[in-house]
Amino acid sequence: MIIPRLALKNLLGAGLRTWLNVIVLSFCFVLIIWLQGLYKGMGDQARVAQTDAEFGGGQYWQENYDPYDPLTLQDAHSPVPGSLQNLIDKGQAAPILISQATIYPEGRLQAILMKGIDPAQSVLNLPTKFLGQEDEDLPVLIGTRMAKNTGLKIGDTVTVRWRDVQGTFDARDAKIVQVMKTSVPTVDQAQIWVPLEKMRSLTRMENEATLVTLAQGTKEFPQAPGWIHKDMRFLLREIDLMVKSKQAGGSIIYTILLSLALLAIFNTQVLSIFRRRKEMGTLMAMGMPRGKVIQLFTLEGAMHSVLAAIVAAIYGIPLLLWSAKAGWAMPEAVDDFGMALGEALFPVYGTGLVVGTTILILIATTIVSFLPTRKIAKLKPTDALRGKMT
Amino acid sequence: MDNSYLIRTDELIKTFPMGETEIMALDHVNLSFKKAEFAGLVGPSGSGKTTLLNIIGSLDSPTKGSAIVMGQKIEDLSHKQGAELRNRHIGFIFQTFNLLPVYTVFENIEFPLLLLGLSAEERKDKVMKALEWVQLADRVKSKPAQLSGGESQRVAIARAVVKEPKIILADEPTANLDAENSHNILRTMEKINAELETTFIFATHDEKVIQYLRRKITLIDGKVAKDEVYDKSGSQGEEQ
Repeated sequence: MIIPRLALKNLLGAGLRTWLNVIVLSFCFVLIIWLQGLYKGMGDQARVAQTDAEFGGGQYWQENYDPYDPLTLQDAHSPVPGSLQNLIDKGQAAPILISQATIYPEGRLQAILMKGIDPAQSVLNLPTKFLGQEDEDLPVLIGTRMAKNTGLKIGDTVTVRWRDVQGTFDARDAKIVQVMKTSVPTVDQAQIWVPLEKMRSLTRMENEATLVTLAQGTKEFPQAPGWIHKDMRFLLREIDLMVKSKQAGGSIIYTILLSLALLAIFNTQVLSIFRRRKEMGTLMAMGMPRGKVIQLFTLEGAMHSVLAAIVAAIYGIPLLLWSAKAGWAMPEAVDDFGMALGEALFPVYGTGLVVGTTILILIATTIVSFLPTRKIAKLKPTDALRGKMT
Repeated sequence: MDNSYLIRTDELIKTFPMGETEIMALDHVNLSFKKAEFAGLVGPSGSGKTTLLNIIGSLDSPTKGSAIVMGQKIEDLSHKQGAELRNRHIGFIFQTFNLLPVYTVFENIEFPLLLLGLSAEERKDKVMKALEWVQLADRVKSKPAQLSGGESQRVAIARAVVKEPKIILADEPTANLDAENSHNILRTMEKINAELETTFIFATHDEKVIQYLRRKITLIDGKVAKDEVYDKSGSQGEEQ
């Protein structure tokens, strides 16, 4: 225990120089944890929102369905197989029929997706109950992004044109019955929601669907010929990739900051070893083996991170907890990022993140502290006592 | 080998490279020191005093010949064994005191005992005893920067003596002190030498130190030119 005691004593004895390094390093601790927590929160929020509003507990896709290829959409529908119909009847799944369509808001033309959904469904967290208004010929639910892009609002009428199963064009005036606010752009942008049975009837696709969304927590994944089961891992892969890419961007910021802090420690170590040669010589003369002198100086450097962790905890814990509670307000422009971010991001700090960050900084600090101390291994005690570097 | 000697050098040679040539710092030095000697290596700058002191202190090793300290051949010791020898048996006093700046007087004196792994209680007892030797018990909490030159050197002496080593090597211990402080320091060292029977070896050319020596070894160009022993009255005795 003598070396840690001496190292701490020397470190605290260095005064302002130590505290400057410690404060900069503590910023790194807090910033890394905050940024990583923000990305984790972003990922978690997006996953929850997307799961609630779009993916449920997984989906079955009609075998021709490819969300990235609109040209396949006209063939991506077929009758719902019995095994899935059972789940639908039990309220554990919701069929969705998708077709290409065009709307003419304020005389303009806009290509959209028309999505049919059961107004009574409870699988997805969408206000589909508004589609159950019997008195409307074609009630339509849209999202705020769609409303903004088209200038449509509740009560407006808009002409919708589509092709039925035979490829015949048909059109009708639809009434906007609700504008929903959602953080999930993929259930909002360039699409309208209509009652499923109405859409089946208009497109002559009776009992058909493009995909079937399962309720969250579904454990049963029956065989459905002509339909492909897509699990949550597959459905959420894009969010995971987006979070990863944002994390990579964020890591550049904290790598720069951490490098600056480590550079300061490295510089301090180099200076220490240069200025304290006489002290090293004295330690050796008193009988401290060279290895212990190296240990002492390395530990002195590495202890910056221990002190930084303590300092970071003092001001960082309240700050991070406050930030997790208050969230980070997102500007409206992030709606166009293609990710369900919501109005505010709430960072999530796990034990793994805090422990991992601490270990990362501790290892990095120890390495930069050790590098300059290697010079001590070649130092002759007689030269050190004269203040000379060998 | 005669075991009554604490230190013995046989045909000791030390050379240092100087450009493409070598300079001989010690040239066939044959010396021995017994327990409780109060000896000094004197001579002009560059005569090899500090080099010999460094070799005896296992801070350096001979180029040729042998130096035996406490029964151990310095030339055969590893870094670790050398450190162990210094830790257990040798105390150093330097011209510039070499106190550790961030430690208090108490902690500076305690340091060698920490290396020896003594308990806190033992350390405290020994440090207080050493402080009494040098009459600095009232400055235990001071930092080196708050001490005068004389006080600093007394702390350095306490640090060297605290582990009660067999040998204390003092390199120009009075060079940075005024006459009064020099005499105080030397009287303290004399007292320690008498009571603890510690062997003191000085490297010096300070007349104030020389007048306290009971043995004066004059080195010139790395060779022992004279080795004189004085009796306690101060008059010159035999030449060894």
